[in-house]
Amino acid sequence: MSEYIEHDTDGVSVGLVEKKFFTFADPPETMILESNARLGPITIAYETLGSLNEDRSNVILVLHALSGDSHVAGYYSKDDQKPGWWEIMVGPGKGIDTDKYFVICSNIIGSCMDPYGFDFPVVTIGDMVRAQKALLDHLGIKKILSVVGGSIGGMQVLEWAVRYPDMVVSAIPLATTTRHSALAIAFNEVARQAIMADPNWNKGKYYGAAKPNLGLALARMVGHVTYLSDEAMRRKFGRRLQNKNDFSFNFDADFQVESYLRYQGQKFVDRFDANSFLYITKASDYFDLRRQHGNGSETEAFAKAKARFLVISFTSDWLYPTYQSKAMVKAMKKNNLDVSFCEIEAEWGHDAFLLRNERLSVLINGFLERNFIELRK
Amino acid sequence: MKQPIQKQSADLKRFDLQVIASWIKPDSRVLDLGCGEGDLLLYLKQNKGVTGTGIENRESKVALCIAKGLSVLQGDINEEVLDYQENTFDYVILSQTLQQVYYPERLLKSLLAIGRKVIVSFPNFSHWSIRMQVLLTGMAPKNEQLPYEWYNTPNIRVITLKDFRKFTRDQGCTVLKEVAINTNHHDTQGHIVSFLQDWRATYGIFLIGKGDRQ
Repeated sequence: MSEYIEHDTDGVSVGLVEKKFFTFADPPETMILESNARLGPITIAYETLGSLNEDRSNVILVLHALSGDSHVAGYYSKDDQKPGWWEIMVGPGKGIDTDKYFVICSNIIGSCMDPYGFDFPVVTIGDMVRAQKALLDHLGIKKILSVVGGSIGGMQVLEWAVRYPDMVVSAIPLATTTRHSALAIAFNEVARQAIMADPNWNKGKYYGAAKPNLGLALARMVGHVTYLSDEAMRRKFGRRLQNKNDFSFNFDADFQVESYLRYQGQKFVDRFDANSFLYITKASDYFDLRRQHGNGSETEAFAKAKARFLVISFTSDWLYPTYQSKAMVKAMKKNNLDVSFCEIEAEWGHDAFLLRNERLSVLINGFLERNFIELRK
Repeated sequence: MKQPIQKQSADLKRFDLQVIASWIKPDSRVLDLGCGEGDLLLYLKQNKGVTGTGIENRESKVALCIAKGLSVLQGDINEEVLDYQENTFDYVILSQTLQQVYYPERLLKSLLAIGRKVIVSFPNFSHWSIRMQVLLTGMAPKNEQLPYEWYNTPNIRVITLKDFRKFTRDQGCTVLKEVAINTNHHDTQGHIVSFLQDWRATYGIFLIGKGDRQ
């Protein structure tokens, strides 16, 4: 996803931001994970943007997806080449307006495996959310105006809404699902196998040695295809050849799409850890709101939730298709929850939630504004 | 039935919506089917403290509604109404949509289940201009309320005020209020018709309750 990080063409940015760290669950008070393993101490990175208002009613918690991180928007320094991953949405006067709201974004646990490797216990979306809750407790936040996130970030949004219903005033799950389809699990498994088949992976113990870059790059190529769409790829590449007029009749990258995927794979290994990829994709496969919170029923899963919801799907997203968003909307309605739903027309597949989209910005902005006004009444 | 209609805020441009708004009690829960850009819902929210939800099929209109701070679901009304518990709403509004519904019986039944009361409005097919066109030209009629050709009209149901009254009787529900209105070209101004309603009304608006049989 983070291929799309770009400077906001309007030149508007929240400006300089600072990465901070929070450590908790020091032994013997370690955190008991869903797997029953114990973890601690846990350090998570987080960043805040904008300022907390006096009655602490303007907190927005942004939750990142697979390849995002705590750096949601802004720059670390004046010479920084790239802003945070959601620069187009988060900033002054934007969809999530940092002039009005206090935005918090933290790393998810599992996003940094060094130096644990495969000794790290398997974590779940629920564990990630409990870690975020510990951070918010530490910051003295008792009410969250809105939890917002797409994809795996959207899973965390749903988990927040049902796990901590009294804290969450509103929730915006984007391009997400209450549980992976077999199709989504299948692609994740192919990607994981690509990493684990790389001899350098060495059962996760590659820190300080050659990294499983080939496997990780291949995993990224597989994942990346699932974030696009037939239409997006037809438009972006078609059958065009890369820097040549005819086939090479060997196995070089002939087509632009091949060249593009190879490039994306190679770029990814510089900034992403192979073990993290395994852990986070596993957590997303395990996520099942029905199983965890509803005894198998989607309706029962939302029985505890109190938030006002804005559910958004994208027409060309075949990884988390609209029918999955509609199923959660149905369950919310059955629980008499206040829910809005929009299926945004977008050709860019699952990744549409990360791309500039005026409609998405306006929707989120209006929804947040309404909740802000009603919370302060 | 002949209630004086209060002049509503300028926000509510359409006369039929002004009539409907005047029937809604403050602080009630309302479901607006085919809510368009949310004019009625926004008016009811701001002026009557109504908790409203809208259902609308077109993405651009849904987005406009949500951006205005309304709760609106994108979807097909026939399906979306099935998910609510009984009596979730005080009023369910079906405004100028009944003539486009495939299964009016089934839909009305659903609406009377999820709402305590249902408000239905539709263009009156027995308006004199329509009757005269059929009589004199022998062709499928058109007017300002029903402007389409027979082959491209979304208005697949031909309904008159009399038809609808009979329909409610057959369905075993009660008509609590009924108003026939005559509107101008843009539907922004109008008046209530009490004389020769079936001939002179452009629209009928009905408030329906569950009736004795349910």
